[in-house]
Amino acid sequence: MGQRGAESEVEIVVDGQRQRVAPGITVAAALFNLGISALRRSVSGESRGPVCGMGVCFECRVTIDSRPHQRACMVAVVDGMHIHTASDS
Amino acid sequence: MTGEYFTTGEYAGTDAEVVVADVAVIGAGPAGIAAAASAAERGLRVALLDRGLESGGQIWRHINGVAIPRVAQQWLARLDKSGAQILRRTSVVDVSVDVAGFEILAESSGRALHIRVTNIILATGAREMFIPFDGWTLPGVMGIGGAQALLKSGGSFAGKRVVIAGSGPLMLPVAAALAESGARLVLVAEQAKRSAVARFAAGLWRTPSTLMQAARYRARFMSSSYSTGTWVTAAHGSDRLESVTVTNGRRTWRETADVLCTGYGLIPNVELARLIGCETRDGAVVVDDDQRTTIANVQAVGEVTGIGGAPLSLIEGEIAGLTVGSRLSVPLPLLRRRATFEAAARRMFDVFAPRAELRALPTPTTIVCRCEDVTYGVVQDAVCARQAKLHTRAGMGPCQGRTCMPGLEFLLAWHSDTVRPPIEPALVSILSSEVAKNAPSSFLSNSCVGDVYQ
Repeated sequence: MGQRGAESEVEIVVDGQRQRVAPGITVAAALFNLGISALRRSVSGESRGPVCGMGVCFECRVTIDSRPHQRACMVAVVDGMHIHTASDS
Repeated sequence: MTGEYFTTGEYAGTDAEVVVADVAVIGAGPAGIAAAASAAERGLRVALLDRGLESGGQIWRHINGVAIPRVAQQWLARLDKSGAQILRRTSVVDVSVDVAGFEILAESSGRALHIRVTNIILATGAREMFIPFDGWTLPGVMGIGGAQALLKSGGSFAGKRVVIAGSGPLMLPVAAALAESGARLVLVAEQAKRSAVARFAAGLWRTPSTLMQAARYRARFMSSSYSTGTWVTAAHGSDRLESVTVTNGRRTWRETADVLCTGYGLIPNVELARLIGCETRDGAVVVDDDQRTTIANVQAVGEVTGIGGAPLSLIEGEIAGLTVGSRLSVPLPLLRRRATFEAAARRMFDVFAPRAELRALPTPTTIVCRCEDVTYGVVQDAVCARQAKLHTRAGMGPCQGRTCMPGLEFLLAWHSDTVRPPIEPALVSILSSEVAKNAPSSFLSNSCVGDVYQ
């Protein structure tokens, strides 16, 4: 628990777009703040977004740095991180 | 099989690490923190496992220690000084028992971790109970606790139109926090009757700090409407939430909303306790005065023993930390405080029990299992959770039924299912580290690994 609150924004790449977001927040929070609501497609093709916020429901799965099925609510943003969601057209 | 789950070969971490300790505390919310700190202060070697990014659990969720209550800061500081080893981003996959004690198989940041201990303290907390309704799978519909978690991990609700509809005391702090963060709180709808909520509030005099807190929360979203005896019957939108249908049994109306927070109280996370063999009653782990479960050298503390809130969790954690691996007697004041908070928690259950009308929420085409997209019409004919799983795949996805099964138990009067490992989705490399070790009493040999992993 360091005193890292004053750190500047980090740059992430979401669905091919460069974005600047607050440091230390979760990927789920970053995507929510960017207005990206559909994080994955369900087995029948529906859009899904975060539900439980605590790693239980697996609805917020996205691809992070080429690793599929990562829970966006359980991972903090890191500078240079590449995120791929179901909102990518 | 959906072809959608977890792939192998992403991680090199097959060289498993081993941790040896006297006590493993599983879950780093208030109960687990208090248990780990109290046990470590007695000189025991304690490993505190938690799947989150930071210690604190849900109620003390924070980023870099910002914006948590004083009592949380004090406990986190005490934990830091106690000498307990904190293993973050670590999920328990399996527990096996032998004469020497317990061997816990965990996944820690993609690597296998074997933790050998003589005692386990379960502090696995609780999750929200959901009741499915049409449209609840739309992005924008989330748990009440889910919204709180999103807010605490950096999400901004500023300017968003929010409806909170469900039941239980969690609605108040979440409504207060969302209103303060700039959300436009359209409606807070509590399904319990006004008379029941009033009875609950009247009973709070026994724990005055709780009563004061409830009043303070309400004051913080005073400009928003708080309705009792009111619930949401459907959510609407094409690819994300646009509006909700609300009813109070006499009148039905629409509210436009960007976010719907829903949830019908908390239910204990008993999966790991059941895997170990601990007796449960009414969905909570049975414990004695020293927080001991029915399995030797396994204790349970906090919400997993019954929903009671953070103050009760801290007391139970301290009691377990003092009694683990010993027959020390618990100080009387601690026992008295536990009894007071337990009585308050029991009253809460009666007040906020979901009303019968909520059983009519899902229609035959409502998706109940969000992992496998199984509809209510399909699961309705099953006689039990097990049959539903085998015949319809409801509850067989990555969440392992944690999201849909409690609601289905309420809707269809099913009984809880048995638990089999792995209790959390895990990489095949983690599981193979267990198989290769060939532990004599491993539960894994009985499980159908292919169900969860591909």
